[in-house]
Amino acid sequence: MKISGKIYIGIIFAMLYIPILVIIFFSFNSSNSMAVFSGFSLKWYGELFKNDKAIDALVNSLMLAVSSSLIATVLGTAAAVGIYNIKSKRAKTAVMTVTNIPMMNPDIVTGVSIMLLFAFAATLLKLEIFGFFTMLIAHITFNLPYVILCVMPKLKQMDKNLPEAAMDLGCTPLQAFFKAEFFEILPGIATGMLMAFTLSLDDFVISYFAAGESFQTLPIYIYSMTKRRVLPDMNALFSVIFIVIFALLLIRNLMTKDSSNVKKAVNR
Amino acid sequence: MRMENVLLRLENISVSFDDDLILNDISLEIKDKEFVTLLGPSGCGKTTTLRIIGGFVNPDAGNVYFNGVIMNDVPPYKRPVNTIFQKYALFPHLNVFENVAFGLRILKKPEKEIKQTVNEMLTLVNLSGFSTRNVSSLSGGQQQRVAIARALAVRPKILLLDEPLGALDLKLRKDMQVELKNIQQQLDITFIYVTHDQEEALSMSDTVVVMDNGCIQQIGSPLDIYNEPKNAFVADFIGESNILDAVMKEDYSVSFAGHIFKCLDSGFAEGEPADAVVRPEDIDLVEPEKGMLSGTVTSVTFRGVHFEIIVDIRGFKWMIQTTDYYPVGMSVGLVIGPDDIHIMKKSEYSGRFGDYSTYSDEIEELSENTEEEV
Amino acid sequence: MKTKKSLLQRYAASPYMVWSVLFVIAPLLFVIYYAFTDRNGTFSFNNFSRMFSGETPKVFVISLAFAFVSTLICLIIAYPLAYSMIKTKKKTQNMLIMLFMLPMWMNFVLRTYAISFLLEDRGLINQLFTSIGLGQIKLINTSGAVIFGMIYNFLPYMLLPIYSVMSKMDKSLIEASEDLGCNRLHTLTKVILPLSIPGIVSGITMVFVPSVSTFYISQKLGPSDFTLIGDEIETEIKSAAGSYNYGSAISFVLMILIFICLIVMNKFSDEDAQGGMLV
Repeated sequence: MKISGKIYIGIIFAMLYIPILVIIFFSFNSSNSMAVFSGFSLKWYGELFKNDKAIDALVNSLMLAVSSSLIATVLGTAAAVGIYNIKSKRAKTAVMTVTNIPMMNPDIVTGVSIMLLFAFAATLLKLEIFGFFTMLIAHITFNLPYVILCVMPKLKQMDKNLPEAAMDLGCTPLQAFFKAEFFEILPGIATGMLMAFTLSLDDFVISYFAAGESFQTLPIYIYSMTKRRVLPDMNALFSVIFIVIFALLLIRNLMTKDSSNVKKAVNR
Repeated sequence: MRMENVLLRLENISVSFDDDLILNDISLEIKDKEFVTLLGPSGCGKTTTLRIIGGFVNPDAGNVYFNGVIMNDVPPYKRPVNTIFQKYALFPHLNVFENVAFGLRILKKPEKEIKQTVNEMLTLVNLSGFSTRNVSSLSGGQQQRVAIARALAVRPKILLLDEPLGALDLKLRKDMQVELKNIQQQLDITFIYVTHDQEEALSMSDTVVVMDNGCIQQIGSPLDIYNEPKNAFVADFIGESNILDAVMKEDYSVSFAGHIFKCLDSGFAEGEPADAVVRPEDIDLVEPEKGMLSGTVTSVTFRGVHFEIIVDIRGFKWMIQTTDYYPVGMSVGLVIGPDDIHIMKKSEYSGRFGDYSTYSDEIEELSENTEEEV
Repeated sequence: MKTKKSLLQRYAASPYMVWSVLFVIAPLLFVIYYAFTDRNGTFSFNNFSRMFSGETPKVFVISLAFAFVSTLICLIIAYPLAYSMIKTKKKTQNMLIMLFMLPMWMNFVLRTYAISFLLEDRGLINQLFTSIGLGQIKLINTSGAVIFGMIYNFLPYMLLPIYSVMSKMDKSLIEASEDLGCNRLHTLTKVILPLSIPGIVSGITMVFVPSVSTFYISQKLGPSDFTLIGDEIETEIKSAAGSYNYGSAISFVLMILIFICLIVMNKFSDEDAQGGMLV
């Protein structure tokens, strides 16, 4: 039983990783063959770094991910606090239903809907508005529910008396939030922001509809590049992204392990 | 005449939540430097009363005065009262020192003064040397002390305590009772204490406010409350009591359990129905023929200091506490002196609390539930 | 009772509410508006009558069938996988979960590209087949490749919720069931399975919704004339020959369809949870 379980896990992981490893392997190929390894070379990496379009797309993606996750975190945290304090059950359910829409709706519908809105605004204003700002709005919109959903449970877990205790000791409500509540929900805010950041980096479908000619993110660029042909510098890009994500995940794992060890030591 | 002395006044306070009346026209005066306890079963409105004083709940009707000044719209952070919350509500991201210093920092006190006050407070609650500790590493009792130090550091005129000892074990609770009382006397400030534990209320308070169902049932000193309960609820809630249907014959004479007793109560109409309270420790047991009443022992429980025995007298089960042992089935006589009897006016609670035929409400509930399930 | 609420507490959600009205609700109203109007903006059901007379119903059926099959296979793969994973040491589990999330953090366009790279006619697998004398087999641009692409892309979405429900399960429940005389199989069917229903339901949702609405996987891995509902929407909205009105109408129907599926799924899981409680 135990051994068969391990073998099973092994097979699934092989299925997941073989395509990835093959691409990484062939990114070092000196020819552009997809099956024959003709010799080790860093040629495709060199080409990738000379590819302005790819670099631009990467910078755009990062810019968009940072700004949209920051704004979504601020708006979403405030929203979670506000929704948490709504007294009327019906109003709360209504707001949460709207919050669920972008998560439940297929990305393609969200993308189409937001594009129709912008298209309408564009004809109304007679301006070409598709670009960074339409992308920003779209990304904030699909990030917000995730931030709210990360912060909300922390608010629910929090001792309700904590902000009251702060006010009791002389804090105004705003001070009470930043001196007491904030620290309690901080883990939720951090998770929410991280999630927003990665979702934003990763999104293709919604971006595809909200994007204009002038502003391409990495996924859109890759899409346009890989739609028809296979290009070896895409393999190099793939490998770079994989290594970066792998490193980030590893660091995060080590960090959480460290902090839990520290906690254990303190408790002892 | 003693009006100058009144620090806090609640006037005709009513609060309801979703059509449930939580507080029904409460009025209460609390004097300076008094230790007042709000005592009652859960859901009686005592915590809501405390939260109104703290400024966390707005009353639907009525006023809160502090030193004669109306305080309804003053937010919590501007009130001269501080609260010890049930679960302490210490700030987990701050250490002991910073928790206690919290209020002082908000007031922007100079660092030197903060240090001095915090150390003073930590000494007061016997926690000097704990200042750099993480609050989550402290025991329940220690956290409790930090909460007290934190609230007292900003020198409130009134300290509100919401069942502060509820989470502690029995022994610690007794120690903390003594300590809290000492702190109150040392600092000379008003404590308003909420509890459902009658023993706690009797042993610590100057004044006990007994509440039930959103109403104040009685206000008085612990002795008054115990010896002269106003109605059957108070008599039953505070200590053990045999509550009997009685009829006043005339002043100083009352009839219950088929016998006419001398008593110390007057001012009732002749023949007025009333409730008579006889505390179990006040009853003397004698031989059956020498007693005013006589009956049979149906149960004996050893309680350490005394035996608790149940005597059946014409179907009414009396509880009697005695230091002598009486076996089950023995016939005994009861002697009840005039000062052992307390007569109360009939109230909505009359007849709700009877004899000791079912020993515990809890067991009664349990057996009811099992029946339902079967 | 009026518990005092500060201005902060009362109005903190307002910016978000305004945002939602502008960028969630208004866009959906646009979808509905376009769906029920023609090119000139006059009200009409033409889009829908066109939809049901043409090829679109068939596309819907194919999309639902593909999504159903890939969701089912994901479930069949992921459930035993999660079950095997919780049997390993905690440290191994964390490692495995990290390894599982890693491809998920890669963009799905990239992941799909990785598969296509492998499945190409001149790709590595076919090279292997040729060298062992099997000859070249058509792998890419087949329905099978589309299903494989969906499974490859969305399997982690099935695994993670099931795993997280299973790992939070009280181990003493399993011991209790064994103590009460259940063998391994009974423990699995009578205790673990009912308790992991919430994970299964959210896993199914998280795989089914993107599968049914995808357009890149089918373009990259499917046969050249192969169309899923996502492709049809994409062509209508993005290509010059398409019509916003018709694209909106399909989007609208897709959205309604998915919401119905979600409601049914939630009903199913609620009732089952209660049923589990009663037993």
